[in-house]
Amino acid sequence: MSVRLIAKSLELARGGRTLFRDLSFTAEQGSFVEIRGPNGAGKTSLLRALAGFLRLSAGVLRFEGAEEPFLTLHFLGHQNGLKGAASADAHVRYWAGLFGGAGGGVLERVGLARAKDLPARVLSQGQARRLALARLVTARRPVWLLDEPAAALDGNGRGLLAELIADHCNTGGLAFAAVHEPLGVASSLTVSLGGG
Amino acid sequence: MNPFLATFRRDFALHWAGGGVLAPLGYFLGATLLVPLAMGPERTLLAAAGPPLIWIAAALAVLATLERVFQADLEDGSLDQMLLSPAPLEALVLAKGAALWIAVGVPIVLAGAPAAVALQAPPERVAAIVASLGLGLAAFIGAGLVGAAVTAGVKRGGVLIALIVVPFFAPPIIFGSAVASGDDIDAALSVLAGCALGAVALGPIAAAAALRLQAE
Repeated sequence: MSVRLIAKSLELARGGRTLFRDLSFTAEQGSFVEIRGPNGAGKTSLLRALAGFLRLSAGVLRFEGAEEPFLTLHFLGHQNGLKGAASADAHVRYWAGLFGGAGGGVLERVGLARAKDLPARVLSQGQARRLALARLVTARRPVWLLDEPAAALDGNGRGLLAELIADHCNTGGLAFAAVHEPLGVASSLTVSLGGG
Repeated sequence: MNPFLATFRRDFALHWAGGGVLAPLGYFLGATLLVPLAMGPERTLLAAAGPPLIWIAAALAVLATLERVFQADLEDGSLDQMLLSPAPLEALVLAKGAALWIAVGVPIVLAGAPAAVALQAPPERVAAIVASLGLGLAAFIGAGLVGAAVTAGVKRGGVLIALIVVPFFAPPIIFGSAVASGDDIDAALSVLAGCALGAVALGPIAAAAALRLQAE
């Protein structure tokens, strides 16, 4: 469960534009890393590169202590990854199968116990975000990559999110979040992207 | 439940829930049952030219379902999650194809029987036509997955899918029509089985490669 991430001189270009270059940081196990920067600075791209979806233009990315780097992480992007016709419960069962987790009690954990049988299309934005958060606890994975995780969440939901991240980090997990506002979790490292 | 079964179950349920099963089935039945009306009551004309038309209707019905197979996953973020599964993406694509074949393909295959009768196929040939449709639809879907994956990021990619996959639809249509018109049914069925196996084996590999690029 102890994974640390070492990033050395990362460079990423998208659409002919260099988003960042020579970005280096080391995230120790149990740390919460905030990724900050103005719109268009490349926060989402950095997270997608960490997830292995995007190819870096240069640099070395190493997950130490992970057997299979890209299978040790959860990714929560702007899109929640939900299907309108499937119920909240069906989503959890699907993720449990897809990621190999147990999936018991996770809807209660994110405050969706009463929405269990509702199709995702009738959930509010905030409820949909909570359902996406349920994915993080459906199967245990040491690295979380969160892209503006608090989007659409109410005060209560933000509290829940902070609690989930704190629990995750306290048990040796590593969490990255692209944020504009503090999430209420003490961050051990801030990665700032310049933009422009 | 393993990732393959989980994906299969989810897609199967979504095909039924979204009414995605009825549209291609209705298309297939509508097209084949209208032909006798259009061609008139001349039995010999219909018996000679009718049965192969089943294959045109089946190919078009499958084409119409392909556009959303991966596009929806790309848009709603599900594709990212598939990439993070311990199962290889190829296996998950195969699961999606299998779900499409069972949920959308099998109803069309079964509807092939009334369609064949309406098109004046001899009764003893109906079973062979139904079997050939089962194989042919597997071949269509295997090849179609590649077109669907390549165009997942393209709005209104349906036309593009048709251009990409129609060449691969040609062999099953040729040999399927041979079964429908009764030329050397056993040999044609063997070739169809070969087409189906080839498409099912290679389609998911090519489609997964295209999907990995789509996630960038």
